[in-house]
Amino acid sequence: MNTDFFILMKFELLVAVIIFVLIFIKLASNEWSTKAVLNVVNILLLTNFIAGFFLNHDGTLFGNMFSTTKLVELQKNILNLGTLIISAQAYTWLKNHKHVLEFYILLLSTLLGMFFMISSGNLLMFYLGLELSTIPLAAICNFDLEKRKSSEAAMKLIISSAFSSGLLLFGISLLYGATGTLNFSELPQHLNGNALQLFAFILLLAGFAFKISVVPFHLWTADVYEGSPVSVTSYLSVISKAAFLFVFVSVLYNVFKPLANTWFNMLMLLSILTMVVGNLFAIRQNNLKRFLAFSSITQMGFILVGISGSSQMGIASVIYFLLIYFFSNLGAFGVIAFVSASTGKETMDDYKGLYKTNPFLSWVLTISLFSLAGIPPTAGFFGKFFLIMAGAGKGNYVFITIAALNMIISLYYYLKVVKAIFMDANEQPIEKLPINTLPKLAMIVCITGIVSIGFIHPIYDYIYSLSFGL
Amino acid sequence: MNLSLLILIPLLTAIAILFCKGLKQVRVVALLGAVIQLFAAFFLLYAYSNERAAGNTSQMLFQDAYIWFKALKIDYHVGVDGISIAMILLTSFVVLAGILVSWRQERMSKEFFFLLILLSLGAYGFFISLDLFMLFFFLEIAVIPKFLLIGIWGSGKKEYSAMKLALMLMGGSALVFVGLLGLYFNSTFGGTTTFDLLQIAQMHIPVEVQKIFFPFIFIGFGIFGALFPFHTWVPDGHSSAPTAASMFLAGISMKLGGYGCLRVATYLMPEAAHYYSPVIIVLATIAIIYGAFATMMQKDLKYINAYSSVSHCGFVLLGIGMLTQTSINGAVMQMVSHGLMTALFFAAIGMIYDRTHTRMTVQLGGLLKIMPFISTVFVLAGLCSLGLPGLSGFVAEATVFMGSWQNADTLYRVATILSCASIVVTAVYILRAVGQAIMGPVNNTQYLSLPDAAWNEKIAATILVIGIVVIGIAPFLLSDLITPSTQTIIEHTFNNISFK
Repeated sequence: MNTDFFILMKFELLVAVIIFVLIFIKLASNEWSTKAVLNVVNILLLTNFIAGFFLNHDGTLFGNMFSTTKLVELQKNILNLGTLIISAQAYTWLKNHKHVLEFYILLLSTLLGMFFMISSGNLLMFYLGLELSTIPLAAICNFDLEKRKSSEAAMKLIISSAFSSGLLLFGISLLYGATGTLNFSELPQHLNGNALQLFAFILLLAGFAFKISVVPFHLWTADVYEGSPVSVTSYLSVISKAAFLFVFVSVLYNVFKPLANTWFNMLMLLSILTMVVGNLFAIRQNNLKRFLAFSSITQMGFILVGISGSSQMGIASVIYFLLIYFFSNLGAFGVIAFVSASTGKETMDDYKGLYKTNPFLSWVLTISLFSLAGIPPTAGFFGKFFLIMAGAGKGNYVFITIAALNMIISLYYYLKVVKAIFMDANEQPIEKLPINTLPKLAMIVCITGIVSIGFIHPIYDYIYSLSFGL
Repeated sequence: MNLSLLILIPLLTAIAILFCKGLKQVRVVALLGAVIQLFAAFFLLYAYSNERAAGNTSQMLFQDAYIWFKALKIDYHVGVDGISIAMILLTSFVVLAGILVSWRQERMSKEFFFLLILLSLGAYGFFISLDLFMLFFFLEIAVIPKFLLIGIWGSGKKEYSAMKLALMLMGGSALVFVGLLGLYFNSTFGGTTTFDLLQIAQMHIPVEVQKIFFPFIFIGFGIFGALFPFHTWVPDGHSSAPTAASMFLAGISMKLGGYGCLRVATYLMPEAAHYYSPVIIVLATIAIIYGAFATMMQKDLKYINAYSSVSHCGFVLLGIGMLTQTSINGAVMQMVSHGLMTALFFAAIGMIYDRTHTRMTVQLGGLLKIMPFISTVFVLAGLCSLGLPGLSGFVAEATVFMGSWQNADTLYRVATILSCASIVVTAVYILRAVGQAIMGPVNNTQYLSLPDAAWNEKIAATILVIGIVVIGIAPFLLSDLITPSTQTIIEHTFNNISFK
């Protein structure tokens, strides 16, 4: 075993080490207070994130099963950052929870699975990573142990995941039958667009669409988001989706390059459906978790616009947008998680008049929602502009106009929340809440990211330089 | 002069406001920022005139360009010509007056002034941008503060109006967005696509492409500039907004639309501008006439001014649609004039409302006896609106009509005549409003004890009155400033059209 192994698998090894440390803590001692555990975990995650910046090299391992590039490493570190922020935000919820260590062990297992998935150079490896990331996720959906809705969410997630995994696996086996290989580097040469291959591709696409909740495969999303603890919801909607999108983009751009014309049309159709349906359902929601679920479905629609651009700008914009989406969505979820953990209130009506009692939380939520809506000067504006711009590169302006108009519809419901916070009167607004240091810090990080990322153009340039087109 | 100062000053002001405590500190900081900005604008005018006098004939002066997003060819590129300077001066006048009028904004004063300054930041940035991405960025910055300003501090059905305004304006900017992307991907300058306004102007965008994207951009900006039938946000938005926000909305935001129609749509897509000119003329004429008649039916002072804004902004679009040098000059002058005049009007209405708590003309009456200063200002704004010679409104509208008459086509002639006729209607509603609210006996004896304008209100009104009167008496000051720039635009339009 040489040093390559340690360097190339740095991200996976670090997460695995953290998992083992947590297991040892669990086995060795029962006297650790919850707060101490939380602090240790957060410090470990921070170290993990910082370590992600060093010693990044391209390379492959295990006969092309595992491959890593600078772009992949960047993606993994974005996931690390997101996990760190979520962990900090979960503080309020977890400090009174009995099973903190188990929560983190499961959470980090899913992260590990996602890392393997992103790094996979083979569809089998990809499937392994996917399963490792899915099953613990269902377990942590159930972590509000005394709530029935939470178990219901876990059940729904595991069933729909199993179904989508089935579709993926069916697609993978058909693809193997049609081409004789599952290796990403060999597959493109064997793809010629015959009916069997197309069928396999559609199954794979459906599997992915399930995971990133693209309409018409989105039905599980709202229920699972609503039932799960808020921190898990934000993990689902941000980290897990981003990981699948990273893989999705690289699979489409690398492996299914020869079928580009086919998938452009499919993506366009899915994208329009997703934007419209997501928007229409989001308008009617009162529960903020469900609201954010549908809003995140809409965001997936916009991301598909960028992916369909199938250019270097497309991939760069998708990753850039996801980075911004991390901060925006986590900012919004951070507030909702905090309020929910402190008061149990989750509906839009509860948030009426929030500004009078909690100006800080109100601004964090407002700025995050503005960023999701794509309003300057927040980073969301840049993200969405580049995403749609990448889509426009294909020259289909009807599609682009539909996307642009959907941005306005989505603006309506984001503004509805802002209106509730700032303008609506409320007899009993949420009382003034003291905020712990860690969640507050996480919110400030999110806001700083939202305000600054757009203006720090080297970030985009860096992502662009790592990206590749068709 | 370094143009980035014009963005930097409001930005620093806004940040400073965040660190202030209480109304007293906040308003002083905001006022200071606005005054500095006004001086900067005048200094810019001075430096610009000097450069021009020294024989600098380049289209845009004081250009400054930095690479922003290198991979996408998005630059930070600023520069000004006469039109931008006129707009910047207008903005700085209105901002200063708006801040003075809101001197006693007790409720959530920090947020209020922060949003006002943010809005003005968007406008300043918009007027100096030479990169379409930047321009769009600043355009959108100027929208959302309005939603909060109207929704939080407004009156009447404020939530509805705020939402309507935000959605319609953002809808407009979405159309602009698609249009800009179309321009970007159909531009080739030095082998790459570009957002640079001057570079796109230099190349020939295919006529077919222009015909597709001109409507997007023109309607998009037109929504900001109250283009019929997308003007419906204007009455609701203006009437629900707090005084300063109404002033900003009418004085600044609606000008973003006119400026965008001229600078982006007409300048970059000249053939399409000619092709669609009849449509624009028809819509503008409808807006002028419909706006005037709709105003006749209004009893609320703010609605009167809002609908008359639709009518007056119609002249801007009419001037742009007519595509002659004089008419475009007139359009720009009308933008400046209307900006000052409506801001003054809204300021006066706000002052009246603050005291009497009503804006219904029938409930008011005899205000001249009670508050002579405010009444005089109100009458002046009204006279400017109906085009009394000696005030800016006359100059601007007369220039538009003269320019329009240069087009010999029947449609254009009819449109010009109809628009001219609307002046009569304007006179009717303005004089009626003045007669009911200002003249006559005092209807409500409780009003007798009301005070006249305070010092801040007097200064605010005086600033705007000075603007109106100076342009009215010495229109050459403004027209000399903008003529070289409008000439560039119109020459560019006709150079490209020569193949016809």
